[in-house]
Amino acid sequence: MAITKKQSTALAKQVFEYAPAPEAIDHIKIQPRYGLFVGGRMVAAHSKKRFPTINPATEDKLSEIVEADEVDVDRAVTSAGKAFDSWARLSPSRRARYLFRISRIIQERSRELAVVETMDGGKPIKESRDVDIPLAAAHFFYYAGWADKLEWAFPNRKPSPIGVAGQVIPWNFPLLMLAWKIAPALAAGNTVVLKPAETTPLSAMVFAEICMQAELPPGVVNIITGAGKTGSLLVSHPEVKKVAFTGSTEVGKHIQRAIAGSGKHLTLELGGKAANIVFEDAPLDQAVEGIVNGIYFNQGHVCCAGSRLLVQESIAEPLLEKLKRRLSTLRLGNPLDKNTDIGAINSRAQLEKIQGLVESGIEEGADLYQPECDIPTRGFWFPPTLFTNVSQSYRIAREEIFGPVLSVLTFRTPAEAVEKANNTPYGLSAGIWTDKGSRILWMAERMRAGVVWANTFNRFDPSSPFGGYKESGYGREGGLHGLLPYVELN
Amino acid sequence: MEVRKTYKLFVNGEFVRSESGRAYRPDGLVNVPRGSRKDLRDAVRAARTAFSGWAGRTAMNRGQILYRAAEMLDGRAAQFVELLGGGARARRELDQSVETLVWYAGWTDKIGQVTGNVNPVAGPYFNFTIPEPTGVVAIVAPEEPALVGLVRRVAPALCGGNVVVALAAESHPLPALTFAEILATSDFPAGVVNIVSGQRKELLPWLATHMDINAIDVAACTSDEMKTVEAAAADNVKRVIKTRSEEHSPHLITAFMEMKTVWHPIGV
Repeated sequence: MAITKKQSTALAKQVFEYAPAPEAIDHIKIQPRYGLFVGGRMVAAHSKKRFPTINPATEDKLSEIVEADEVDVDRAVTSAGKAFDSWARLSPSRRARYLFRISRIIQERSRELAVVETMDGGKPIKESRDVDIPLAAAHFFYYAGWADKLEWAFPNRKPSPIGVAGQVIPWNFPLLMLAWKIAPALAAGNTVVLKPAETTPLSAMVFAEICMQAELPPGVVNIITGAGKTGSLLVSHPEVKKVAFTGSTEVGKHIQRAIAGSGKHLTLELGGKAANIVFEDAPLDQAVEGIVNGIYFNQGHVCCAGSRLLVQESIAEPLLEKLKRRLSTLRLGNPLDKNTDIGAINSRAQLEKIQGLVESGIEEGADLYQPECDIPTRGFWFPPTLFTNVSQSYRIAREEIFGPVLSVLTFRTPAEAVEKANNTPYGLSAGIWTDKGSRILWMAERMRAGVVWANTFNRFDPSSPFGGYKESGYGREGGLHGLLPYVELN
Repeated sequence: MEVRKTYKLFVNGEFVRSESGRAYRPDGLVNVPRGSRKDLRDAVRAARTAFSGWAGRTAMNRGQILYRAAEMLDGRAAQFVELLGGGARARRELDQSVETLVWYAGWTDKIGQVTGNVNPVAGPYFNFTIPEPTGVVAIVAPEEPALVGLVRRVAPALCGGNVVVALAAESHPLPALTFAEILATSDFPAGVVNIVSGQRKELLPWLATHMDINAIDVAACTSDEMKTVEAAAADNVKRVIKTRSEEHSPHLITAFMEMKTVWHPIGV
């Protein structure tokens, strides 16, 4: 017996009535305008172009940011180039200490960072507070320890740093992606110029303060702001020897083309369209939590999101019933509220992209389900959404939506599940839900994806390598393998 | 009177003429098939079909098959030495080729141990990372040395469980095409290695843009060729491998591999 939408919503309302519990923001100091972090201090930019960064939950302007131009990029890269020799030659244990110090300061300033992250990006405070910021600190702590142990990481080889790394990061996990990029680069003795995404530059600006607080030698970390043009100038700069990019597959391909033949080292962490596969013997309640975490975590702005649910036909009905019921209990609203599950969509452009793909799903014939939920009048919002009756050829089953939209497909045999899961040009992650150990390993072996979560989803750890197969990119971030992109092996 | 050999492409475990019917004479004497885009397409299709079977073999089994290739090659040493021009240099190249196969044969069941990990994540999860083959790998063999140059690239790719489409040295294709006979008698399943001869200028762009090739080895290419391949390879985010192979290295095996990380909760 299917629970009707009305019933489930009524039930949810009855069980989950919460008073507002907003996180305090009075301790946050966001400056009205920011310069660039070059040569160890905040400097005025050459570029006169500025753009606002807004809170996507309210559309209020938070600050004004520079759109760095060619001169700014060159200054930042030159500064990193100047710092390189002494940083690379610094006693490794000293490099380690700086990184440990940064990690500690992130921990000390964690609440401030969490609030800034949530205000600038729209993600629920419970996620920035409990996931993004602690993981960012842990990442620096982990790689700090590698700085003076590199000779143990690569048997029979002598690792040396590459030079200046140009790093471009996305808006979905701003500080965490910064940590993933900067920590291993610095540990290996490189210096960096990093460009945060144009919609989420603020936590990187706080990080610039943290570098100063840690007394990191000038030029070791440089942070410049801007949009695609600035990023393109950065990765193409001849003095940049290593390029690391996290973002869309489209831009990743563009970067690979743009720097072809330059001899620059390149790692790409790109899009995904992960299958989350539920077998009939899976513990359904746990699987439902895993599915929800897989696609509605961070509003689905996750490259490794479990955006395709593959459910074994025999349990499709009860599973979907539970899932729909669970969806109706998700609380959408003020990202700063500690009880919020679904925050704001990061930008108007992203909201429009999600809306466009959802419309295509309806047009192509899939059945839409959205729980009743109040959408705030200001800001960018999209309710948790799932599609059933989805064919593999539909755009919503093929393209990365990067929003809280789940496409549900069914399968009968494990072989069919493998076939469907791998039927994508992407290969970032996969999820497997079953109680049978041998089947977990059998499935894990066959998933053409860099990260496989069995009976869990969306887990991250600094010691755990992360990265894609196929068009999800190459190179790994995290763990021992995350050092490799930042060293030359002699 | 000598019974001459007709040189053919090696595709899907069979010795075939180029579908194009074309041939060229690199040394002015012997006719060698001039492979076409469609020959490459057939080779990629054969390789893709063979991939899951080869990757699914046990590491030990792959090692035994690579070792058998060494046995076959050593057994026909005299023929290869003659093919390579005779003398001490040719003999050395043959020995190096055999040695390369033996060395990588021994790596199949060790590379996972040396480059894989159990990761101590901060939570109740068992988490491990293992290397897995990238998939269909295109290899451009260097013009010189024609035999060991090819073997030094093909062996590590196969060692890691990949399937290969190799472009023989354009000016010296005979060692590669004859090496196909070694592969054909070493228990490699059909399609695991395919060797195509022809003109690099004509064929390289097709390898670079083919959407079902996962990685392309361009260490033997000129810098202009590398640039073109790198740009074209972006169409499907191919891995472009430039690692040199003056010496044997496990890093060359992992250059053709992906790291996969698996998580599972720990609990009662």
